[in-house]
Amino acid sequence: MTISVNGENREVDAGTTLGALVATLTRAPSGVAAALNETVVPRGRWDVTVLGDGDRIEVLSAVQGG
Amino acid sequence: MADDLLTIGDTTFSSRLIMGTGGAPSLDVLERSLVASGTELTTVAMRRLDPTVQGSVLSVLEKLGIRVLPNTAGCFTAGEAVLTARLAREALGTDWVKLEVVADERTLLPDPIELLDAAETLVDDGFTVLPYTNDDPVLARKLEDVGCAAIMPLGSPIGSGLGIRNPHNFQLIVEHARVPVVLDAGAGTASDAALAMELGCAAVMLASAVTRAQEPVLMAEAMRHGVEAGRLAYRAGRIPRRHFAQASSPVAGRAVLDPERPAF
Repeated sequence: MTISVNGENREVDAGTTLGALVATLTRAPSGVAAALNETVVPRGRWDVTVLGDGDRIEVLSAVQGG
Repeated sequence: MADDLLTIGDTTFSSRLIMGTGGAPSLDVLERSLVASGTELTTVAMRRLDPTVQGSVLSVLEKLGIRVLPNTAGCFTAGEAVLTARLAREALGTDWVKLEVVADERTLLPDPIELLDAAETLVDDGFTVLPYTNDDPVLARKLEDVGCAAIMPLGSPIGSGLGIRNPHNFQLIVEHARVPVVLDAGAGTASDAALAMELGCAAVMLASAVTRAQEPVLMAEAMRHGVEAGRLAYRAGRIPRRHFAQASSPVAGRAVLDPERPAF
Protein backbone atom coordinates (compact mmCIF):
# COMPACT_ATOMS: atom_id res chain seq x y z
CA MET A 1 0.00 0.00 0.00
CA THR A 2 1.07 3.59 -0.53
CA ILE A 3 1.39 6.14 2.25
CA SER A 4 2.79 9.66 2.34
CA VAL A 5 5.64 10.26 4.79
CA ASN A 6 6.70 13.88 5.20
CA GLY A 7 5.33 14.65 1.76
CA GLU A 8 6.93 11.70 -0.07
CA ASN A 9 5.05 8.62 -1.21
CA ARG A 10 6.30 5.34 0.14
CA GLU A 11 5.32 1.69 -0.34
CA VAL A 12 4.88 -0.24 2.90
CA ASP A 13 3.47 -3.65 3.80
CA ALA A 14 -0.10 -3.90 4.99
CA GLY A 15 -0.17 -3.98 8.78
CA THR A 16 2.79 -1.62 9.19
CA THR A 17 2.48 0.37 12.42
CA LEU A 18 3.35 4.01 12.94
CA GLY A 19 6.03 2.88 15.41
CA ALA A 20 7.69 0.69 12.79
CA LEU A 21 7.58 3.52 10.27
CA VAL A 22 9.17 6.06 12.62
CA ALA A 23 11.88 3.51 13.46
CA THR A 24 12.93 3.59 9.80
CA LEU A 25 13.51 7.35 10.07
CA THR A 26 15.34 7.62 13.38
CA ARG A 27 16.78 5.32 16.00
CA ALA A 28 16.27 7.90 18.77
CA PRO A 29 12.63 8.98 18.78
CA SER A 30 13.00 11.34 21.76
CA GLY A 31 12.13 14.87 20.63
CA VAL A 32 10.05 13.47 17.77
CA ALA A 33 6.29 13.73 17.24
CA ALA A 34 4.03 12.23 14.61
CA ALA A 35 0.72 13.25 13.08
CA LEU A 36 -1.48 10.82 11.16
CA ASN A 37 -3.89 12.54 8.79
CA GLU A 38 -3.55 15.83 10.70
CA THR A 39 -4.08 14.30 14.14
CA VAL A 40 -1.33 13.92 16.73
CA VAL A 41 -0.66 10.32 17.74
CA PRO A 42 0.90 10.11 21.22
CA ARG A 43 4.12 8.09 21.30
CA GLY A 44 2.51 5.52 23.56
CA ARG A 45 0.10 4.62 20.74
CA TRP A 46 2.59 4.42 17.86
CA ASP A 47 2.99 0.64 18.12
CA VAL A 48 -0.74 -0.03 18.13
CA THR A 49 -1.55 2.42 15.33
CA VAL A 50 -1.79 0.42 12.09
CA LEU A 51 -1.37 2.47 8.94
CA GLY A 52 -3.77 2.30 6.03
CA ASP A 53 -3.50 2.94 2.30
CA GLY A 54 -3.40 6.67 1.51
CA ASP A 55 -2.50 7.73 5.04
CA ARG A 56 -0.57 10.96 5.40
CA ILE A 57 2.08 10.91 8.11
CA GLU A 58 4.12 13.88 9.27
CA VAL A 59 7.09 13.20 11.54
CA LEU A 60 8.58 16.33 13.10
CA SER A 61 11.47 17.25 15.36
CA ALA A 62 12.87 20.46 16.79
CA VAL A 63 15.29 22.52 14.68
CA GLN A 64 16.93 25.92 15.09
CA GLY A 65 14.34 28.63 14.70
CA GLY A 66 12.61 31.71 16.02
CA MET B 1 18.79 39.98 38.28
CA ALA B 2 18.04 37.97 41.37
CA ASP B 3 15.84 40.59 43.04
CA ASP B 4 13.85 41.44 39.92
CA LEU B 5 12.45 38.24 38.49
CA LEU B 6 10.40 37.80 35.34
CA THR B 7 7.28 35.70 35.87
CA ILE B 8 5.49 34.07 32.94
CA GLY B 9 2.66 31.76 33.85
CA ASP B 10 3.86 29.76 36.85
CA THR B 11 7.57 30.11 36.08
CA THR B 12 10.13 32.72 37.11
CA PHE B 13 13.28 33.70 35.27
CA SER B 14 16.18 35.88 36.35
CA SER B 15 17.05 36.71 32.73
CA ARG B 16 14.76 39.01 30.76
CA LEU B 17 16.25 38.05 27.41
CA ILE B 18 14.47 35.32 25.45
CA MET B 19 16.61 34.04 22.61
CA GLY B 20 15.81 32.38 19.34
CA THR B 21 18.11 29.86 17.75
CA GLY B 22 17.42 30.55 14.07
CA GLY B 23 20.11 31.88 11.78
CA ALA B 24 23.17 30.85 13.80
CA PRO B 25 26.07 29.84 11.55
CA SER B 26 26.83 26.74 13.64
CA LEU B 27 25.75 24.97 16.80
CA ASP B 28 29.05 25.98 18.40
CA VAL B 29 28.48 29.70 17.77
CA LEU B 30 24.89 29.27 18.91
CA GLU B 31 25.98 27.66 22.16
CA ARG B 32 28.52 30.39 22.95
CA SER B 33 25.97 33.08 22.05
CA LEU B 34 23.35 31.58 24.33
CA VAL B 35 25.82 31.49 27.20
CA ALA B 36 26.87 35.11 26.55
CA SER B 37 23.25 36.24 26.42
CA GLY B 38 22.43 34.75 29.82
CA THR B 39 19.07 33.56 28.45
CA GLU B 40 17.00 30.99 30.32
CA LEU B 41 14.26 30.54 27.69
CA THR B 42 14.95 29.85 24.02
CA THR B 43 12.82 29.06 21.00
CA VAL B 44 13.05 26.23 18.50
CA ALA B 45 10.96 25.46 15.41
CA MET B 46 9.26 22.18 14.48
CA ARG B 47 10.17 20.75 11.08
CA ARG B 48 10.05 17.45 9.22
CA LEU B 49 12.54 14.99 10.69
CA ASP B 50 15.75 14.92 8.65
CA PRO B 51 17.68 11.72 9.44
CA THR B 52 20.85 13.13 7.82
CA VAL B 53 21.25 16.07 10.22
CA GLN B 54 24.09 15.72 12.72
CA GLY B 55 23.85 17.34 16.16
CA SER B 56 20.73 18.86 17.61
CA VAL B 57 19.72 22.21 18.97
CA LEU B 58 17.86 20.36 21.72
CA SER B 59 21.04 18.76 23.04
CA VAL B 60 22.65 22.23 23.22
CA LEU B 61 19.74 23.61 25.23
CA GLU B 62 19.69 20.56 27.47
CA LYS B 63 23.44 20.86 28.12
CA LEU B 64 23.06 24.54 29.04
CA GLY B 65 19.97 23.97 31.18
CA ILE B 66 17.90 26.37 29.08
CA ARG B 67 14.14 25.90 28.92
CA VAL B 68 12.88 25.16 25.40
CA LEU B 69 10.05 27.20 23.90
CA PRO B 70 8.70 25.68 20.67
CA ASN B 71 7.25 28.07 18.13
CA THR B 72 4.74 27.68 15.34
CA ALA B 73 6.79 29.57 12.77
CA GLY B 74 5.67 29.00 9.20
CA CYS B 75 2.00 28.54 10.04
CA PHE B 76 -0.53 30.60 8.09
CA THR B 77 -3.78 29.35 9.63
CA ALA B 78 -5.05 28.70 13.14
CA GLY B 79 -5.47 25.02 12.28
CA GLU B 80 -1.84 24.59 11.25
CA ALA B 81 -0.62 26.43 14.33
CA VAL B 82 -2.76 24.41 16.75
CA LEU B 83 -1.58 21.11 15.23
CA THR B 84 2.05 22.26 15.29
CA ALA B 85 1.73 23.29 18.95
CA ARG B 86 0.26 19.89 19.81
CA LEU B 87 3.08 18.12 17.96
CA ALA B 88 5.62 20.26 19.82
CA ARG B 89 3.99 19.37 23.12
CA GLU B 90 4.22 15.69 22.25
CA ALA B 91 7.83 15.94 20.99
CA LEU B 92 9.27 18.18 23.67
CA GLY B 93 7.08 17.56 26.69
CA THR B 94 6.19 21.21 27.20
CA ASP B 95 2.80 22.90 27.07
CA TRP B 96 4.44 26.28 26.41
CA VAL B 97 4.21 27.62 22.89
CA LYS B 98 5.33 30.77 21.16
CA LEU B 99 2.35 31.14 18.87
CA GLU B 100 3.06 32.53 15.40
CA VAL B 101 0.41 32.72 12.70
CA VAL B 102 1.61 34.92 9.87
CA ALA B 103 -0.31 36.41 6.97
CA ASP B 104 2.26 36.24 4.17
CA GLU B 105 5.89 35.40 3.43
CA ARG B 106 6.90 38.91 2.41
CA THR B 107 6.09 40.75 5.64
CA LEU B 108 5.71 37.82 8.07
CA LEU B 109 3.21 40.04 9.86
CA PRO B 110 0.79 38.22 12.17
CA ASP B 111 -2.70 37.43 10.88
CA PRO B 112 -4.72 38.84 13.79
CA ILE B 113 -7.89 36.83 13.17
CA GLU B 114 -6.16 33.46 12.82
CA LEU B 115 -3.86 34.32 15.73
CA LEU B 116 -6.68 35.09 18.14
CA ASP B 117 -8.55 31.97 17.05
CA ALA B 118 -5.48 29.75 17.61
CA ALA B 119 -4.68 31.42 20.94
CA GLU B 120 -8.15 30.76 22.31
CA THR B 121 -8.09 27.11 21.18
CA LEU B 122 -4.65 26.47 22.68
CA VAL B 123 -5.45 28.16 26.00
CA ASP B 124 -8.56 25.98 26.25
CA ASP B 125 -6.34 22.97 25.50
CA GLY B 126 -4.14 23.79 28.51
CA PHE B 127 -1.26 25.51 26.75
CA THR B 128 0.73 28.43 28.13
CA VAL B 129 0.46 30.67 25.08
CA LEU B 130 2.93 33.42 24.21
CA PRO B 131 1.60 35.03 21.02
CA TYR B 132 3.72 36.92 18.51
CA THR B 133 1.39 39.79 17.67
CA ASN B 134 1.11 43.10 15.91
CA ASP B 135 1.87 46.20 17.98
CA ASP B 136 -1.88 46.76 18.22
CA PRO B 137 -3.14 47.65 21.72
CA VAL B 138 -6.65 46.37 20.94
CA LEU B 139 -5.46 42.98 19.70
CA ALA B 140 -3.09 42.77 22.69
CA ARG B 141 -6.04 43.25 25.01
CA LYS B 142 -8.08 40.58 23.24
CA LEU B 143 -5.19 38.11 23.40
CA GLU B 144 -4.90 38.74 27.11
CA ASP B 145 -8.66 38.34 27.52
CA VAL B 146 -8.60 34.84 25.99
CA GLY B 147 -5.92 33.84 28.51
CA CYS B 148 -2.50 34.31 26.92
CA ALA B 149 0.35 34.23 29.45
CA ALA B 150 2.28 37.05 27.79
CA ILE B 151 1.89 39.48 24.90
CA MET B 152 4.71 39.61 22.36
CA PRO B 153 4.29 42.57 20.02
CA LEU B 154 6.64 43.12 17.11
CA GLY B 155 8.81 46.24 17.08
CA SER B 156 9.16 45.85 13.30
CA PRO B 157 9.09 42.91 10.89
CA ILE B 158 10.97 39.73 11.76
CA GLY B 159 14.64 39.97 10.84
CA SER B 160 14.36 43.60 9.69
CA GLY B 161 16.46 45.10 12.47
CA LEU B 162 14.35 48.26 12.25
CA GLY B 163 13.85 48.51 16.01
CA ILE B 164 10.62 49.72 17.60
CA ARG B 165 8.74 51.69 14.93
CA ASN B 166 5.86 52.72 17.18
CA PRO B 167 7.01 53.27 20.77
CA HIS B 168 3.69 54.93 21.60
CA ASN B 169 1.79 51.72 20.84
CA PHE B 170 4.17 49.81 23.09
CA GLN B 171 3.41 52.24 25.91
CA LEU B 172 -0.32 51.77 25.39
CA ILE B 173 0.06 47.98 25.41
CA VAL B 174 2.25 48.01 28.53
CA GLU B 175 -0.06 50.39 30.40
CA HIS B 176 -3.03 48.11 29.98
CA ALA B 177 -1.46 44.66 30.21
CA ARG B 178 -1.60 42.55 33.36
CA VAL B 179 0.64 39.91 31.80
CA PRO B 180 4.26 40.43 30.70
CA VAL B 181 4.77 42.34 27.45
CA VAL B 182 7.75 41.10 25.47
CA LEU B 183 9.30 42.86 22.48
CA ASP B 184 9.36 40.20 19.78
CA ALA B 185 10.99 40.88 16.42
CA GLY B 186 12.70 43.94 15.06
CA ALA B 187 15.55 44.47 17.50
CA GLY B 188 18.70 45.24 15.55
CA THR B 189 21.14 46.29 18.22
CA ALA B 190 21.49 46.73 21.96
CA SER B 191 19.85 50.16 22.10
CA ASP B 192 16.65 48.66 20.65
CA ALA B 193 16.56 46.15 23.51
CA ALA B 194 17.22 48.90 26.05
CA LEU B 195 14.44 51.07 24.59
CA ALA B 196 11.96 48.20 24.83
CA MET B 197 12.76 47.76 28.50
CA GLU B 198 12.63 51.53 29.14
CA LEU B 199 9.13 51.52 27.63
CA GLY B 200 8.11 48.98 30.26
CA CYS B 201 8.45 45.69 28.44
CA ALA B 202 9.05 42.79 30.82
CA ALA B 203 11.48 41.08 28.46
CA VAL B 204 12.96 41.10 24.96
CA MET B 205 12.86 38.23 22.47
CA LEU B 206 15.33 38.23 19.61
CA ALA B 207 17.28 35.94 17.32
CA SER B 208 18.54 37.47 14.09
CA ALA B 209 20.08 40.50 15.80
CA VAL B 210 22.49 38.10 17.51
CA THR B 211 22.75 35.11 15.22
CA ARG B 212 23.27 37.21 12.09
CA ALA B 213 25.55 39.82 13.67
CA GLN B 214 29.14 39.87 12.44
CA GLU B 215 30.19 38.67 15.90
CA PRO B 216 27.19 36.83 17.37
CA VAL B 217 28.78 36.12 20.76
CA LEU B 218 29.69 39.78 21.30
CA MET B 219 26.22 40.92 20.25
CA ALA B 220 24.65 38.40 22.62
CA GLU B 221 26.57 39.96 25.49
CA ALA B 222 25.62 43.45 24.28
CA MET B 223 21.96 42.45 24.25
CA ARG B 224 22.19 41.09 27.78
CA HIS B 225 23.58 44.42 28.96
CA GLY B 226 21.07 46.37 26.87
CA VAL B 227 18.16 44.54 28.46
CA GLU B 228 19.58 44.94 31.96
CA ALA B 229 20.38 48.64 31.47
CA GLY B 230 16.94 49.36 30.05
CA ARG B 231 15.23 47.49 32.87
CA LEU B 232 17.21 49.38 35.52
CA ALA B 233 16.43 52.68 33.82
CA TYR B 234 12.72 51.83 33.73
CA ARG B 235 12.70 50.98 37.42
CA ALA B 236 14.74 54.07 38.23
CA GLY B 237 12.30 56.42 36.46
CA ARG B 238 13.71 58.76 33.87
CA ILE B 239 13.67 62.55 34.24
CA PRO B 240 10.96 64.41 32.33
CA ARG B 241 11.89 65.79 28.93
CA ARG B 242 12.19 69.64 28.92
CA HIS B 243 12.35 72.26 26.18
CA PHE B 244 15.12 74.28 27.84
CA ALA B 245 18.18 73.63 29.93
CA GLN B 246 18.05 73.16 33.67
CA ALA B 247 21.39 73.79 35.38
CA SER B 248 22.68 70.94 37.45
CA SER B 249 25.18 73.19 39.31
CA PRO B 250 23.71 75.55 41.94
CA VAL B 251 22.76 79.07 40.84
CA ALA B 252 23.23 80.59 44.31
CA GLY B 253 26.70 81.41 45.63
CA ARG B 254 28.39 82.32 42.39
CA ALA B 255 31.42 84.69 42.65
CA VAL B 256 30.96 88.27 41.38
CA LEU B 257 33.64 88.78 38.72
CA ASP B 258 34.31 91.81 36.51
CA PRO B 259 33.60 90.59 33.01
CA GLU B 260 35.67 93.46 31.49
CA ARG B 261 38.94 92.33 33.11
CA PRO B 262 39.67 88.74 32.28
CA ALA B 263 42.74 87.31 33.97
CA PHE B 264 44.30 85.86 30.84
